[in-house]
Amino acid sequence: MVMNIEKKGVIFSVNGPVVIAQNLPDAKMYDMARVGTKKLAGEIIGIHGSAVTIQVYEETAGLQPGEPVETTHEPLSVELGPGLIGNIFDGTQRPLDVILKSSGYFIPRGVEAIPLDRTKKWDFKPVVKIGIAVQPGDVLGEVQESTTIVHKIMVPPGLSGTVKSIKPGAFTVEQTIAVLDTPEGEKKISMLQRWPVRTPRPYVRKLNVDEPLITGQRVIDTFFPIAKGGVACIPGPFGSGKTVVQHQLAKWSNAEVIVFIGCGERGNEMTDVLMEFPELIDPYTGEPLMKRTILIANTSNMPVAAREASVYTGITMAEYYRDMGYNVALMADSTSRWAEAMREISGRLEEMPGDEGFPAYLGSRIASFYERSGKIQCLAQEDRQGSLSVIGAVSPPGGDLSEPVTQNTLRVVQVFWGLEDRLAYKRHFPAINWLISYSLYIQNLESYFKENVGFDFSDLRALAMRILQQEAELEEIVRLVGVESLSFKERFILEVARSIREDFLQQNAFVDIDTFTSLQKQYLMLKVVLVYYQEGMKALDQGLSLRDILSIPVRERIGRIKFVPEDQSSKLKEIISEIQDQMKAKMRGEVESNV
Amino acid sequence: MYKEYTTISEIADPLLNVEQVADAHYMEIVEIELSDGSRKRGQVLMTSSGKALIQVFEGTEGIGIGQARVKFLGRVMELPVSPDILGRIFNGSGVPIDGGPEIFPDDRLDINGNPMNPVARDYPIDFIQTGVSAIDGLNTLVRGQKLPIFSASGLPHARLAAQIARQAKVLGETETFAVVFGALGITFEEANYFMAELRNTGAIERSVLFINLADDPAVERIITPRMALTAAEYLAFTRDMQVLVILTDMTNYCEALREISAARREVPGRRGYPGYLYTDLASLYERAGRIRGKKGSITQIPILTMPEDDKTHPIPDLTGYITEGQIILSRQLHRKGIYPPVDILPSLSRLRDKGIGKGKTREDHSDVANQLFAAYARGREAVELATILGEASLTDTDRIYMKFAERFEATFIRQGEYENRTIDETLNIGWELLRMLPKEELKRIRDGYLDTYYVQIKEAAAGVQEG
Ligand SMILES: Nc1ncnc2c1ncn2[C@@H]1O[C@H](COP(=O)(O)OP(=O)(O)OP(=O)(O)O)[C@@H](O)[C@H]1O
Ligand SMILES: [Mg+2]
Repeated sequence: MVMNIEKKGVIFSVNGPVVIAQNLPDAKMYDMARVGTKKLAGEIIGIHGSAVTIQVYEETAGLQPGEPVETTHEPLSVELGPGLIGNIFDGTQRPLDVILKSSGYFIPRGVEAIPLDRTKKWDFKPVVKIGIAVQPGDVLGEVQESTTIVHKIMVPPGLSGTVKSIKPGAFTVEQTIAVLDTPEGEKKISMLQRWPVRTPRPYVRKLNVDEPLITGQRVIDTFFPIAKGGVACIPGPFGSGKTVVQHQLAKWSNAEVIVFIGCGERGNEMTDVLMEFPELIDPYTGEPLMKRTILIANTSNMPVAAREASVYTGITMAEYYRDMGYNVALMADSTSRWAEAMREISGRLEEMPGDEGFPAYLGSRIASFYERSGKIQCLAQEDRQGSLSVIGAVSPPGGDLSEPVTQNTLRVVQVFWGLEDRLAYKRHFPAINWLISYSLYIQNLESYFKENVGFDFSDLRALAMRILQQEAELEEIVRLVGVESLSFKERFILEVARSIREDFLQQNAFVDIDTFTSLQKQYLMLKVVLVYYQEGMKALDQGLSLRDILSIPVRERIGRIKFVPEDQSSKLKEIISEIQDQMKAKMRGEVESNV
Repeated sequence: MYKEYTTISEIADPLLNVEQVADAHYMEIVEIELSDGSRKRGQVLMTSSGKALIQVFEGTEGIGIGQARVKFLGRVMELPVSPDILGRIFNGSGVPIDGGPEIFPDDRLDINGNPMNPVARDYPIDFIQTGVSAIDGLNTLVRGQKLPIFSASGLPHARLAAQIARQAKVLGETETFAVVFGALGITFEEANYFMAELRNTGAIERSVLFINLADDPAVERIITPRMALTAAEYLAFTRDMQVLVILTDMTNYCEALREISAARREVPGRRGYPGYLYTDLASLYERAGRIRGKKGSITQIPILTMPEDDKTHPIPDLTGYITEGQIILSRQLHRKGIYPPVDILPSLSRLRDKGIGKGKTREDHSDVANQLFAAYARGREAVELATILGEASLTDTDRIYMKFAERFEATFIRQGEYENRTIDETLNIGWELLRMLPKEELKRIRDGYLDTYYVQIKEAAAGVQEG
């Protein structure tokens, strides 16, 4: 057989991140290529006759027509195996701490860095015996990856057979931990798998979601909850609090694994996570948060094609942990930057633009990304379930929600947390507008809340929401004709609505005691405010004046319920009875003085 | 030794097409010699076998087909650096214009820089006292932050930026900031104002200026901020200095970018600005910050004027999406005669919370700031309601808030251009204002601080003020 030595093509043109190569043999769509003498990584995204279009994941300045191009014959893939947790990668899974060590403070072009450490040894413990028949997804053994994560070494998709050998011990990710007898002969299995990022990992089937992802954020858990395996989006203008909410979810939600993708956003925000998470303690495990977290950082000044890839890199790792049976939550901040990366590359390709210059395939790309979420029956012989929740930030230009990225996202997500600058300016945080936001999971989660929080939880939520809606209508009237035109009951509703906003909805992420609230405390807090409402309404009916109701001493305590520590929730119950007592006392006084 | 061509085939200001080129490098710098012997510089925007598209920094005026010679220099745009750049003034493409000697460089740096590895970054946490209450108290600037000023035509952004440059210091440190100033298409007067300010305070010795004026070539503005930021990175991370970068006016920069994009007939994004405006701006604004284990830092204060005072215009909008907050100036406050006319509600410093508090400013700082924001927001609503329906339509509490808002503007926001308030002074003014409100309204303030500050200051003030 004659070897083809002319395996290389040449650069024909360079236009930003888009390079056109010519005479590249064996070019296949979405295969990776090495471009130029510096071997910059790129991906084949178009083939027209002998011209091959490549999006390059690194800065292309200095490239020249005539430089060599070769294909790797493999699509963009990530490495999966122990060592992902606690690590930080760029959009194409290059480990940033390795790059720091090899190349200094600034990331030069053409650095190669292998995602998973090849020298580190992991303690592998088999869970199957020799002679057992195994199928894709079956767990062969386990590795304690971090203090909280047991990494399950699974039979890769597409492989089945009987275990011929397997042994415990310390192995690197490349060493063989088991050998399978398969119809195609013996297959060696190591702890390292590769998976193409643009292909969803397989599972048996999707399941109904029925459990909330508890976030400790009151407006989210109580009013607009997301389910484990659910999808949410959080659009809002700059500075309205998207990143803070996403960080809060990464910190406090009760997922077991967090994948946080900084997609085209600020470098310092990633640094923030990197410095804070190793110090913060996960309330569920008592271990540092970094022990359950994977970070992807492709910041706004890093190459735009790698930014496009970053969300796929992240979600593939997230699926991998889901397949082990974990509840995984992924945050993408911001999906708009991902969409803009698509637009930028599409523009350089001179494709026919759709809305606002975005490519016509924007909607389908967004939909298929979010579709990779869900609660699933894992691929395996045993009964194993995992979930992947996806929460995407959206950054609409000028805060205008009618733009294409927001609209295409709203078409596929089930939860919408709409942030508003008007609220952020008042420092009402989280600035989630309660009138426009929604969660379509409320029905699915109903019984969970009833059984685990309070039988009347949904009634309280509905009542609070009704009061807030009334407030909006009443304020309209006040703006037109002034507060005098309102009845005392209506004025009281305004006061209660203010209390719901200030004492319940507002939650400061930067105050220790306020940053996380358990469902139980959320329930009691809401109850405090609404008992005051109900007692107040009763008292008004019985002839008490608004001034009387507003001046009962316990109101000062209502204004400080968020500062009641989690372990002293009895104090909240105490406030509830105080409200009832003081209201009764007022009524007695009133009745007496009327006599 | 350089490749030289006379094969310009097409000119569409500010772009040139050159044919029969043997393989130009993408982003390579070219020199164009005109028939009269004068020279211009440009940069390769697109290269393909035998063809190169070039943007000419000085514009294409005077260039003709068949006459001009295009020389490919084989390297990207570079800035020669050495400690001697301090105290010097350059034009927008880095040529000295102060009559001083040439720079003998230690190094030549690619002005596009490389992205800072997020793992290498150190989070900015050092409080910078600017002496301006609206900033220090509420929208605190931190060393290594990028905090732009959103202004509009006719507002005193230059004076405010100069005041910050003059007064900025990190508490407990003696080292002053080195100032890197990038003028992007501003008037001679405005540039002169900054130069005079720097001279008067003696800061010029520790400054580097890059000046592209309104009548200088527009395309040059694409490289001026990159020159300035390259100088800043050199001073901060090679020379361990604390650098403050002022870039003004970023709006002119974006206009230049739009001009080139239009000349290339690219698919425009919002309002005619190129779809990559976000990425392009990020490649500038992200060149700020600190590095782990390094002494130096870059703090950026870009200034931009909002077209039609509109915050949702792509230039302020995309800037706000990249920077770590924004200081917004208000025409309304300016008309009321309030300096600095900082519109504090939409203003924001995202790094505030890590830069303040016990040991940095004062333990009560964050709570005071949050309470002032909330109270002023409510006061402004009350003011608006009162203008429509009359003061009588307000509740008693809202009337108090209205008074609060007025006093707040008059005593907290307003201050002298040369008044340098300490952070203690700023916070105490804040507490004096909060005293106007009943205690149960102060929900943003934790119990301990309420006892210490509200009561103390109220008591202390009671004797003096009541009556
Ligand atoms: N829950 C919160 N508690 C306290 N402060 C908050 C909260 N949410 C937001 N903030 C304040 O708002 C600022 C801006 O929030 P954030 O950075 O999350 O905005 P963003 O929507 O991500 O903006 P951008 O689109 O520009 O990235 C924060 O720096 C913080 O000061
Ligand atoms: Mg953000």
